[in-house]
Formats: sequence, structure tokens, C-alpha cells
Amino acid sequence: MPVSVKFDKDSIIAVLSGEIDHHSAPALRECIDSAVERARPGKLTLDFGQVSFMDSSGIGLVMGRYKTAISCGAQTEVTNLSSRAEKIMRMSGLEKLVKLNSM
Amino acid sequence: MEKINELRLTVDARSINEGFCRVAAAAFIAELDPTIEELCDVKTAVSEAVTNCVVHAYREKPGKIYINAVIYGNGTVKIRVKDAGCGIEDVEKAKEPLFTTMGDERSGLGFSVMESFSDKLTVRSKPGSGTTVTIEKRILGMNYGRR
Repeated sequence: MPVSVKFDKDSIIAVLSGEIDHHSAPALRECIDSAVERARPGKLTLDFGQVSFMDSSGIGLVMGRYKTAISCGAQTEVTNLSSRAEKIMRMSGLEKLVKLNSM
Repeated sequence: MEKINELRLTVDARSINEGFCRVAAAAFIAELDPTIEELCDVKTAVSEAVTNCVVHAYREKPGKIYINAVIYGNGTVKIRVKDAGCGIEDVEKAKEPLFTTMGDERSGLGFSVMESFSDKLTVRSKPGSGTTVTIEKRILGMNYGRR
């Protein structure tokens, strides 16, 4: 599974790796959502540091996780974005909802 | 413009082929010594185009995706991604940022991303008979300015 989920006090850190596209996104979505719904953390961090490729499916993945998290009362943050992934994310205006941190 | 090389590729419209098609396109343009940035631009644009075929044109049902890539003498690459799927009623509307017919997990930015990572993007579509997206990009390459 190209995501590992770590539980840390009141937060969940999902470390994503490999390529994020329409093919790989559903498995990532299910894994992160089930962890969030189970643990109901105060904060969800999506760590993109090991992501080697991302197309616009990455935006949908973050937007969807933001919605899952907010429905559980959690804030979402994205960390370790490459400049390229950040450029794609910012095309969506996602930074208004989710804190985006680059590498 | 003189054609230097041409690739024709037909794949099934399955999501597993999104990765294959973008890597095939990247491998095909390797002879132009692209920068990492240029390579990623092409991979991202092709990935979006192929995903559109799988998700929208064929709605995850069986179909074929036809890719034709040509390298021209001046370093321009033209990649045509064609499907025989449902077609697009209103291309201008489909190209609008954030417009999507597919709900929450799709961002509606596929065309915006393709436009931003290519020099020119052409979309031709006929409802009921399919869509052709042509991505055009000049590859300056790693030795640009050093020759």
C-alpha cells in the first residue's frame, strides 16, 4: 500500500508514496478515510514527501480527505509538497481550505 | 515541419494504462534530451488526457485509447490522444476550471493542468463519436543555451 498511517496523540499523519493518479487514488482514499473515521483525530496531515508523480487526481484526493476530516471535526494540512505538486494544488484554490507546506 | 519520429500506441481504456501511457510518452521524447521539468510536463499532460478517456469518454467501460506522438525537427512534440467514447457536448464548458461531471473526487482541473503544462492544447469532440486532444510542446532540452 503506497500510504502508511501514523497515529500521533490527537493527529493522524498519512505518508503517501509513489505515483498519485486516477488509478492509485481510490486505495489511498479508502485507507486514509477509514483511519480518520476510526480515530477521529483533531488534525490530519497528508505528507507528500515521497510522492514521485501527481496529476490533478492529487487535488481530488486532498479535497475529498478535507471533506472527510472536516466531517469528523479535523483540520487538514499537506506537507512536503514538491514545487510542481504545489503548483498543481494551487490551481484549485485548495490553499483556502487546507494549509499547504512545500518541501 | 519535418517529422523525425512517430509513435502509435493503442491501449485498452483501463486505469492501469494511465501510468503506462505517460511513461511511454516520456520514453518516446527521450531522444530530445528533455529536462526533468519538461519530462514531467509531458507526463502530467498525457496522464490527464488518458484519464479523461477512462473516466469520461468510456465511463470506466471497455474501449480503446489511440495515442499518436510525433517529434518534429525543431524539437516540437505533438501528442494526440483519441477515443471513440461519448464525446463532449460543450468543449468550452468542459475546459472551464473546476467544472466536473464526476463529483467530489475529481477536481475539474484536467484541462487546466493540460493547458498549463503544454504550449498549445487542442480539443475536438463530437457527441456520440469521441474526442481528440492534441498536446503540443516544444522541448528545448538539457543542452539549450549551451550549444
